[in-house]
Amino acid sequence: MKVLVPVKRVIDYNVKVRVKPDQTGVDLANVKMSMNPFDEIAVEEAVRLKEKGIATEVVVVSIGVQQAQETIRTALAIGADRGILIVSDVDAEPLAVAKLLKAVIAEESPNLVIMGKQSIDGDNNAVGQMLAALLDWPQATFASKLDVTGDKASVTREIDGGLQTLEVDLPAIVTADLRLNEPRYASLPNIMKAKKKEIAMKTTADYGVDVASSLKVLKVTEPPKRGGGIKVESAAELVTKLKEAGAL
Amino acid sequence: MAVLVIADHTNAAIGDGTAKTIAAAAKLSPDIDVLVAGENAQGAADAAAKLTGVRKVLLAESPALGHLLAEAVTDCVVALAGGYDAILIPATSAGKNYAPRIAAKLDVNQITDIIEVVSGDTFVRPIYAGNALETVQSSDAKKVITVRTTAFQPVAEGGSAPIEKADAGAAGAHEAKWVSDEVVKSDRPELAGAKIVVSGGRAMGSAEEFQKVIDPLADKLGAAVGASRAAVDAGYAPNDYQVGQTGKVVAPQLYVAIGISGAIQHLAGMKDSKIIVAINKDADAPIFAVADYGLVADYKTAVPELMDALTAAGK
Repeated sequence: MKVLVPVKRVIDYNVKVRVKPDQTGVDLANVKMSMNPFDEIAVEEAVRLKEKGIATEVVVVSIGVQQAQETIRTALAIGADRGILIVSDVDAEPLAVAKLLKAVIAEESPNLVIMGKQSIDGDNNAVGQMLAALLDWPQATFASKLDVTGDKASVTREIDGGLQTLEVDLPAIVTADLRLNEPRYASLPNIMKAKKKEIAMKTTADYGVDVASSLKVLKVTEPPKRGGGIKVESAAELVTKLKEAGAL
Repeated sequence: MAVLVIADHTNAAIGDGTAKTIAAAAKLSPDIDVLVAGENAQGAADAAAKLTGVRKVLLAESPALGHLLAEAVTDCVVALAGGYDAILIPATSAGKNYAPRIAAKLDVNQITDIIEVVSGDTFVRPIYAGNALETVQSSDAKKVITVRTTAFQPVAEGGSAPIEKADAGAAGAHEAKWVSDEVVKSDRPELAGAKIVVSGGRAMGSAEEFQKVIDPLADKLGAAVGASRAAVDAGYAPNDYQVGQTGKVVAPQLYVAIGISGAIQHLAGMKDSKIIVAINKDADAPIFAVADYGLVADYKTAVPELMDALTAAGK
């Protein structure tokens, strides 16, 4: 069974994001970039399926700038087998990304796609669901547990107020939530091994997908800042203040 | 232009996300229909019909819709989409699951998590966990929009819209099958819509301590219980308590953070609360930078004192 894992290069989750003064976007110059944390969980899950003997090959695909090769190398070091980079200088919107991934799937014919539920830059939480729609495949989003048996997968997913369990026939799209697993740190030998693994370089034109977006970003601004508050000395003073403010 | 709002509901009742999404829809059009896609969902349809500004309620019912499965909801909505210029969906976990599927089936981009309607085609939405706001203009003829419900005031009750049956669509072959739901029953208000939220952090040290400290305070205040990601990761609280970028975004009247340091990812989930209270023994904790009232103290002594002070104040 082949598993495809799409991954995205984003600003590292520990970095404080700064908006550019000209309001055209956020400042990416000299900022630490990493694999989107949810995608790392997806890669880990796919590699675990391989280690259990369920998956035979794990292919990672990324759409982005040349440096996204580093992101793919990170996935290869975790244990993925090979990579595909679709080079694009445009930060494609989810629908275009889903169309590109659909074209990759037409070539690769994976039995299962595992991907992060959301990238922490655009915060759209959309590509997995869109891809499932375009392929007419079942979807199991926000997964906290995945069991694959034969040509079926049982997925426990996070919903408001608790958990839901679904069964999907493969092929299917599963999107990873935080508690699916804790990704490993790649060992040095595996990092070295990853350097020798293959990354196929492609362009968006190779797949005949137009990445121009129907969404135009007019501006990017800082959110309003909260005014500084006050320190209180005791719980009793706190209750008094809250009563004065009408909060109780 | 007419607008379709997809109700967030439990079949028997609607969530307050529906009334808030109608408020956002009202900024686009006076012609607002609400779809209740569920099973045995007359209760939810009746509740939706009472909301101010609703032209009519469409009620579609099937077993798959009853579990809000994305494939079924998408088929139902896409069949109705022809009559509407925009489809608005509350960004609950169910809405986030099916909205992008609907958008892709209609071959349009989703406009995600809007917090402001600037005009009929221009919206403001948070990116980077709310650390930046993006103003986007959509050229799609039909717009699929998810709404961050904490950014809109709910419309009041007082209407009496007619309820019509709508086609639920047939179960497709390529559909996920529902197996089970494991929903925790609670008498507390729902976290996303609660007026008061009491959250605990990693300082609690154990699940027992979390329940011993946070739960009684929440019950005294009639509050929902939340937690930081650190507390969830450590297993002190279940994941659906999680407030933050990777959990729920809340904006209650009062947010009380106990033993929470205030990581960027947590602040993203609660910084739009009206009043923020922080209790933490570390005076340099980042949570104090956003708190209206900060108490530098160990929660072990401060929370019991707060309980006593609330009792003394008649709470």
